[in-house]
Amino acid sequence: MLLEPLLLTIITAATPLLVAALGELVVERSGVLNLGVEGMMVMGASCGFVVAILTGSSILGALAGIGAGMALAAVFALMTLGFAANQVASGLALTIFGLGLSGLIGADFVGARRDPAPKLHLAGLSDLPFVGPILFGEDGFVYASVALLLGVSWFLWRTRTGLMLRAIGDNPISAHALGHQVLRVRLLAILFGGGCAGLAGAYLSLGYTPFWVRGMTAGRGWIALALVVFSSWIPWRLALGAYLFGAVTILQLYAQGYGLGVPSQLMSALPYLATILVLVAISRSHGRGAGPASLGTPFVPDH
Amino acid sequence: MIRREFLRGTALLASLPLVARPAQAAERLKVGFIYVGPVGDFGWSCQHDIARKALEQALAGKVETTYVENVPEGPDAERAIEGLARSGCKLVFTTSFGFMDATVKVAKRFPEVKFEHATGYKRAENLATYSGRFYEGRYVIGQIAGKMSKRGVVGYVGSFPIPEVVSGINAFMLGAWSVNPAMKVKIVWVNSWFDPGKEADAAKALIDQGADIVTQHTDSPAAMQIAEQRGVHAFSQDSDMLKFGPKAQLSGIIDNWSPYYIERTRAVLDGTWTSGDVWGGLGSRMVVMAPFTNMTPEVKMMAEATTASIAAGKLHPFHGPVYKQDGTLMVKDGAVLPDPDILGMNWYVKGIDEKAPG
Repeated sequence: MLLEPLLLTIITAATPLLVAALGELVVERSGVLNLGVEGMMVMGASCGFVVAILTGSSILGALAGIGAGMALAAVFALMTLGFAANQVASGLALTIFGLGLSGLIGADFVGARRDPAPKLHLAGLSDLPFVGPILFGEDGFVYASVALLLGVSWFLWRTRTGLMLRAIGDNPISAHALGHQVLRVRLLAILFGGGCAGLAGAYLSLGYTPFWVRGMTAGRGWIALALVVFSSWIPWRLALGAYLFGAVTILQLYAQGYGLGVPSQLMSALPYLATILVLVAISRSHGRGAGPASLGTPFVPDH
Repeated sequence: MIRREFLRGTALLASLPLVARPAQAAERLKVGFIYVGPVGDFGWSCQHDIARKALEQALAGKVETTYVENVPEGPDAERAIEGLARSGCKLVFTTSFGFMDATVKVAKRFPEVKFEHATGYKRAENLATYSGRFYEGRYVIGQIAGKMSKRGVVGYVGSFPIPEVVSGINAFMLGAWSVNPAMKVKIVWVNSWFDPGKEADAAKALIDQGADIVTQHTDSPAAMQIAEQRGVHAFSQDSDMLKFGPKAQLSGIIDNWSPYYIERTRAVLDGTWTSGDVWGGLGSRMVVMAPFTNMTPEVKMMAEATTASIAAGKLHPFHGPVYKQDGTLMVKDGAVLPDPDILGMNWYVKGIDEKAPG
């Protein structure tokens, strides 16, 4: 039965993208563009792995990953909110900084190995054929990603704070005039985004491929960023995009194993093509779900 | 992302009281290295960096090394290589195939600087090439795979369909067929030298499709770790990955650049450096085999014997007759495939079902 391992592999491939992109979606909804996802992610991977090795606990490792992502995000917040610095430049700097610093932190842990984070096991349920391993036999990161998806959707569209956050992303000046704390909300959004990116990174070094090597995110932060834009800042479309990207990536690898004879370069480009086409088609037929109007514009309150 | 690290051997120099004369310190030869991956990739770039450190040790006080890691193969490479030449390096090693054209261009602009390009074929007065005969090692691991595989299916994680990788696949399979003519190979290209997640996914795909031996031509230990988790065997790439697959690893190919880097740097110091092409294999120990583990003594003895006869030049992985996929005779009985043909190999040997890379 090939379908079961196939689905399991797709879930592992999609989860880090989904988690990092959900965080960035909230950040962008608040009107801030943080291009440092890759940097925060790789920091999460290195700090998460280091702490997990030192303490022997995957949970502490994941928390450390979240913390590392948030710490780096705090630097970004200081620059862009505190000093109203250019968000694009700050985000790019954050990625370069994160890649360098994570290498330094993880330097002594290259070559260390540990077992992947434990998977859920519910007596009876996890042993069910097919649905068991897929629904009840994943590791904590996968369940966390689903919880995050539901949580973010609910927060943005069903809570007053979520509405306020979106209003701030559209028009911070009006929101400020209405008495909302624009910078505080953006700070919290940036920290949340950093935490998500860090968690996604920790998943790479603790669950996906449990070891640490420099630059092991290999561009996943950038893919997450692109997914946010192509999903028109809507969480369910984002989840669709992440799973589609993961699915096509994995399917083309399996297809190659079958020897279909399609050039591998074309196969490797497929995930990008398919995801862009589907998401663009959805946003054309379901309306653009316009992005945050003031995305990337710094806001300086006039006290 | 480009990070530079300038390692000055000042501390080393100070610890050698008699040599520590300022005049000599000023004359130290600056040697630069360009890596395609991170030095901590535990693979290709890591092995080059180990050799760089060995060079610093062996010629302490006479050389000063510097490196740039994570250099993408493309226009950025030219800037990085030129940067090293401008910063006073008199000898620059560019350590990936994709740096070839960039190295050629920069070598033209800096005629007084010596360049060494790994795995390429374009040379100039001040540009030499060098590479390892990795296919020799791949023949040996192919033979081990042929003996150890129960299902007779090997999964091959490829990076890019370039001649070096294609000749490796061919050598591997010729080795495997020498002991098990029914051996099959499944090839999955990840189109990256270094993407641990994708390498792991490729290994999973291959194992799910029946491979019980995984071998890779990518740089991270991800595939090895998956093999360990799934209880199948694997071969390491570039460096010894036994730590990641204590039960999985059978052997592997280890790149050993140190002797070459020391020899070539010494030649620059002596003024005897000339351009050329060095292709070292098991014989010159530029390629060495990882310890033969997790196999029966008989298989181990066979692997050792094959390694020894390749090293001694008695056995050539591409000895005739070798047929192309369509049945064309490429190497006649009693002959061996000439080096230029191995370097430019873009065809699969007969018996590999995959479509030849185009």
